Parts: sequence; structure tokens; C-alpha cells
Amino acid sequence: MNELLEFLLEYREAIFIILLSIFLGIEVISHVPSVLHTPLMSGANAIHGVVIIGAIIVMGHATNVLSMILGFLAVVLGTLNVVGGFVVTDRMLEMFKKKKKQQ
Amino acid sequence: MENIQTITRTFDFSGYLSILEISYILASVLFILGLKKLSHPDTARSGNLWAAGGMGLAIIFTILFHKMKLDDGTFQGIHNIPWIIAALIIGSVVGWMAAKKVKMTAMPQMVSLFNGMGGACAALISMMEFPRMQTELAGHQAATMLNGEALAILLGLMIGGVSFAGSMIAFGKLDERIGDVKSPVLRYINLSFLFILFAFVIFVMFKTPVAGENWMIYTLAGLALVYGVTFVMPIGGADMPVVISLLNSFTGVAAAMGGFLYHNQAMLTGGILVGSSGTILTILMCKAMNRSLLNVIIGAFGGSSAAGPASGDKTVKEISLSDAAVLLSYSQKVLVVPGYGLAVAQAQHLCHELENLLASKGVELKYGIHPVAGRMPGHMNVLLAEADVAYEKLQEMEDANNEMNNTDVVIVVGANDVVNPAAEEDPSSPIYGMPVIKVWEAKNTIIMKRSMAKGYAAIENNLFFMPKSRMLFGDAKATLQKLVAEIKNL
Repeated sequence: MNELLEFLLEYREAIFIILLSIFLGIEVISHVPSVLHTPLMSGANAIHGVVIIGAIIVMGHATNVLSMILGFLAVVLGTLNVVGGFVVTDRMLEMFKKKKKQQ
Repeated sequence: MENIQTITRTFDFSGYLSILEISYILASVLFILGLKKLSHPDTARSGNLWAAGGMGLAIIFTILFHKMKLDDGTFQGIHNIPWIIAALIIGSVVGWMAAKKVKMTAMPQMVSLFNGMGGACAALISMMEFPRMQTELAGHQAATMLNGEALAILLGLMIGGVSFAGSMIAFGKLDERIGDVKSPVLRYINLSFLFILFAFVIFVMFKTPVAGENWMIYTLAGLALVYGVTFVMPIGGADMPVVISLLNSFTGVAAAMGGFLYHNQAMLTGGILVGSSGTILTILMCKAMNRSLLNVIIGAFGGSSAAGPASGDKTVKEISLSDAAVLLSYSQKVLVVPGYGLAVAQAQHLCHELENLLASKGVELKYGIHPVAGRMPGHMNVLLAEADVAYEKLQEMEDANNEMNNTDVVIVVGANDVVNPAAEEDPSSPIYGMPVIKVWEAKNTIIMKRSMAKGYAAIENNLFFMPKSRMLFGDAKATLQKLVAEIKNL
């Protein structure tokens, strides 16, 4: 019990952010038309590419060859997720926009 | 780059951190606003750009200003910058090219592939951080690895690994490289794997840390990959959008674990935001199909769903191209119901041509879009938009159903399960209760189909045997081409 309280105290900020973000994520998405499900999923897919920051940090502090190689790989994969994700989403949404102009 | 670093390092230390923190706050705000804007059709595109901007900001500021506290109390900036930039360039070029070149029909696979990359990235981070953490704990003579950092590392690896392997299988299934494996045994294998995974994480956390002993992390990585494969394998190809959405939220959580580990707010908010919104999105998608998430994961479609009347003695009626052409030309209202067959055949441009041709004859053609037609929600809208079909020509399912009695001809192009009357009439059918487009209520129904093969739900469709239904066999594109030519010749 004590350990649990200590854990909560040590990570209180992170827990705070996690809880608020959960509600925010639910709130932001709730009333989305089904037409936008796919682009939205794709956009969210790009946003979790934020994991690349972790990859940069690991790579930035890598000292041996193995961690350099793994770190390099992690940064490449993370970038693929970010860049590919945003570009694919943009391509999907481009089509919605083109149509709007014609109206 | 060296220059920039020397300049930035002349700031006093507290300056670095606050600049980095501010950039993370900005990035988080941009993610939230971007996601919010993405959920409205008018602002969606700018929302995507906002989120991308937030990401760029976070990446650049991390490279410039990130500092890690070393054991001796000093702070160390990011090293290996040329390598990092090289990796960023490689990833950007490959990602950009892949995303630009992919065909609209292959979009779902691409999203799955990119999702897998993110999962793999999270897993790799954990694999590198584990030895470091263990050495550090062993140095402090810690009795167990029972702390938040270790938990974040292990969960990050587990979730990231499952997400990577699962996404690759989902990619293979959508690309039709991997078939469905339907076996009730797999369900139990799955559950036991999940149990083993969690048990192993707990086992590792209660172990005494020994510097250099890293077999656990490789074992965990292996277990996570195997579970990812067995998790997605039994789920039917038609349910892949739901699975991708679910794996998407998994990757979000894995990214958040990294944020927890590094006390990095941008990763934390970004990851959790995707985790929770992805979960909601998954549930919304399931609702659109009138099924529960559990039902999708366990895979109720196929296998045991042999129920339904035998079709041996029933016959279908074909319609000739010229008859179809005459029928269409002398109608007033025509509804096209597209499905995955349209996407496969790339027939969206021909649909638009048919629409224009009929419009010149005073026939009104609209499109009835089922929310889950195709392989992803909104798949049909995107395809038809690509062919310049006007937005107001696309009718949602409810509107299409309301006007069905006044519709002269319905053309079903490569759709099957979304127009199956069994969803309304046959309680024993696995899709019973799913809202469908009631094409059988129209005066005539023409069904374009490659063969009498079943749809993805692998169930019989009684629509084909109904008195008002006529079949037009062949590839959707070729058939539409001939039909357009026939109408022109009238």
C-alpha cells in the first residue's frame, strides 16, 4: 500500500496528464461523422509517431555500436510513421477538399 | 549544426529546459487542436497540417535542446546528430514516396504499415533502455525492478511489439497475401499467450536486477511478436479496419509509455490522446456494423456460420447488357450501391461517366453509401471523390433507404454483405441486426458481380435470388464500360 502511494506521488504529474488526456481524447472524437473515420484514424496514426522523440533521445545518448544501430533503425521507423502518416492523411483529405471547391 | 549547438549551449541551463518544455506544450496543443479539426469535414485538412506542425516542432526542439542528467549530476545534450539527421532524411524520403505513390485502394494497408513502424519504434526504444535501466538498478543494489520506469519499459516493448506484428499481419491480409485462419483452438492459444505475456512482465519486475543479463527483454520481445500474429490471424479480412484502429490505439499507448519513461509531456499527451481517441473510434466503427468489439476480436464471422437456407435449388436471373442499357435509359431515378468490388476494379471513374451519360438523358443517378462498404469506413466516399463525383450525389444509408420505394433501378457494384436482406430477416445470420441498404425495395435491382462467390462475411445472399433481382456477371470495370457503350448506342 505504501509503495503504491509512493508510486502515485512520484509520478503524479504523469498520471495527471494521462487522465486528462484520456478524457480529452474521448471528448474530441465523440461526434465524428463516419465519412471521416478513415482520415481520422490515419491522422491519429501519424500523431502517435511522436514516439520518434524517444527514438531521438535514445539515439542521442547511444554509446556502443549495437545501440547506435538499433537507435538508427528506431529513428528511421519513427520518421516513416510520422511522414508517411501525415502525407497519406493529407492525400485522403485532399479529395474531400477538391469536391468542396466545385460546389 | 555544430554552430547552432555552440550558440544554444551558451544559454544558461534552465533556459534550455524551459524552451523545450514550452515547445512540448505547444506541440501538445497542436495535436489536440489538430485532432479536433480532423473530426469536421471542413477543417480536416488544416487539422492534419496543424498536428504535423506540432510534430515538426517537437522533433526539432528535442534535437536542439534535449538534455539528459548523467549519474555524476552533469547534463548531456543530444549526440550523434549527423546520424539522427541521416535517419530522419531516410525515413522522410521513403515515407513520403510510399505515401504519395500508393493507390487509393491500397490506402488501408498503408495506414497499417505505418502504424506497425510506430509500434516497432516504441519496442526498439524499450529494448535499448532496458539494459541501461538494469545496470543502473544493479548499481544501486536494488532488490527488484518494481518501479514505474521498468513497468513503462516492459509495457512499451510488449504493446509496441504486439502492435508491430499485428499491423504486419493486417497489412498482409488487406493486401491479400495472407488468408484467414479460422480455428476455435486459436482462441484459447490467444488467451493463454496473453496470460503468459502479463505473467512474464510481472516475473521480470520481481527479479533482482543483474547488470548485463538481458535475455528477458529478448524473450519478451519474441512473445509479444508471436502474440501479435496469433491475435490478428483469426480475425476476418473484412474486420481489418477495426483491427487497425485498435492497433493504432495500442501504438499510442506504447508511445505514451516512452513519454512516461522520459518524463516527456509531448510523448505522453500525444500517445494517450491517440490511445483514447483510437479506442473510441474503434468502438464507433464496431457500432456502425452493429457488432461489439469482443465479437470482432473473437471472430464470429465465418467458420460456424453455415446456417441459412440451402441455395441448391434456387436460380438466379441474368440480364443482358442491352436490356440493362434500355432499363437505365428509361428510368427516372437510379441508385448505385458501391462496395469493395468497385475499389478492386477501379471502376469509380466509369460510375461517374455513367452518371453524366444518364444525366444527359434526364435520368438522375445517385450513390448510396453504406458506412462500412469497402475495406474502411469512408472508403467509398474517398474513391468516388477521386472520380470527381459531387458531394451531394452521395447519399447516406438512411436517406437512400427512405427514397428506395421511388427508385427505379438500383445497380449494386461489387457490394454484397451491405445489401444482404438476411441482416433484417434471418435471426440466425451472423450479420443479423446490421443496418443494410434495402435495395430489394426498389423497382429493379441489377447486381454486378464477378461470380456467385460469397462476400467477406462468407454468408449466402438471398438478394440474388429475389424476383426483382437481375445479375450482370463480370469485372465491374469491364461491365460498366460495356454498359456505357451500350447506352451511347441507343
